[in-house]
Amino acid sequence: MEFILIIISAVFVNNILLSQFLGICPFLGVSNKLSTAAGMSMAVCFVITLATVVTYLLNMLLVNFNLEFLQTISFILVIAALVQMVEIVLKKISPALYSALGIFLPLITTNCAVLGVALTVVQKSSPFAAAADGMFNLGEAVVYAFATSLGFGLAMVLFAGLREQLSLNNVPKAFKGIPIALVTASILAMAFMGFSGLV
Amino acid sequence: MTGGTEMGKFQLITKGLIKENPTFVLLLGMCPTLATTTSAINGMSMGLATMFVLVLSNMAISLIAPYVPDKVRIPSYIVVIATFVTVLELVMKAYVPDVYETLGLFIPLIVVNCIVLGRAEAFANKNNVIDSALDGLGIGLGFTVSLTVLGLVREILGNLSIFDWKFAGSDGILAFVLAPGAFLALGYLIVIFRKLTSKKAE
Repeated sequence: MEFILIIISAVFVNNILLSQFLGICPFLGVSNKLSTAAGMSMAVCFVITLATVVTYLLNMLLVNFNLEFLQTISFILVIAALVQMVEIVLKKISPALYSALGIFLPLITTNCAVLGVALTVVQKSSPFAAAADGMFNLGEAVVYAFATSLGFGLAMVLFAGLREQLSLNNVPKAFKGIPIALVTASILAMAFMGFSGLV
Repeated sequence: MTGGTEMGKFQLITKGLIKENPTFVLLLGMCPTLATTTSAINGMSMGLATMFVLVLSNMAISLIAPYVPDKVRIPSYIVVIATFVTVLELVMKAYVPDVYETLGLFIPLIVVNCIVLGRAEAFANKNNVIDSALDGLGIGLGFTVSLTVLGLVREILGNLSIFDWKFAGSDGILAFVLAPGAFLALGYLIVIFRKLTSKKAE
């Protein structure tokens, strides 16, 4: 039951893109075509879930030695190294997946969604954890990370579909490109606001 | 763009406001721009925090750049930036805990703000310390002003107040404080900015 609540909350109610504003760069940058948006979402999903597991374990080590202030600096290094490693391993093990995700992987290091989710799950203020002190356990952290990246994918694919449609329309000159995309995103965010209060 | 003359130095500071405005022209650092501008004061705090990191990391990177091998420059710049972000986190936690609480996650996320790494790559690693510091100051100033303006617009429409001073008794359009208003306000501000600057160019 907890898991279902976490999933619904992360995918719909607190959607990472449309209500938490994490990972806006790829949201605006690679949402021109449905296929690239889907590829990016898959790569993000893979990296967020993996990075959350690794940083969660790393954080246990940091807490053990009272070094919590090193969270930011150590997490970003781990994420950067992890992305590199994933790239190398994928190239060896699954060339098909590599060619699908390949070009998006290096971009993900500076995607704030990854660091954002990694930091959220280790901070005390995590909203829907089962434990009394509000901390995620490892299982919840993984589910939360995976669900969050599903939410990322959902918003990304919806938005890319809208933008593909939009590119066929005639918009005023000053609105061309990003401004009209932002206005579209605003309407999409309004639609997602309808989910608030669900959990 | 090496600022040798007095005029050049002055331009380093002012270019961030209009010509290379990070928010309205270059569209960098969108996450904090949208997330923290619920009020003018929040936007300004975020801008100033980013400026702090930008100036210090630009200076440090321009000093170490000649000694860093080309292959590992991005990771080493990220470490430098992350160090200053950690310093900023500790300073803010100690002296302005309220602001730190409000901005929350977005203070550590300055590490992945593309503006900071972008300036390191584009400017700091091939210019001297003073020019790099001025460049950080200029771009930081542009970012701060843009965030303050966006915050102000959202605050006026959403909460009917200016810098937390309420000028009308009733409630505003709540949506402008929430997520949809962020996208909408930014979209329209970019349009207005484009209109204004294109007129100037003619």
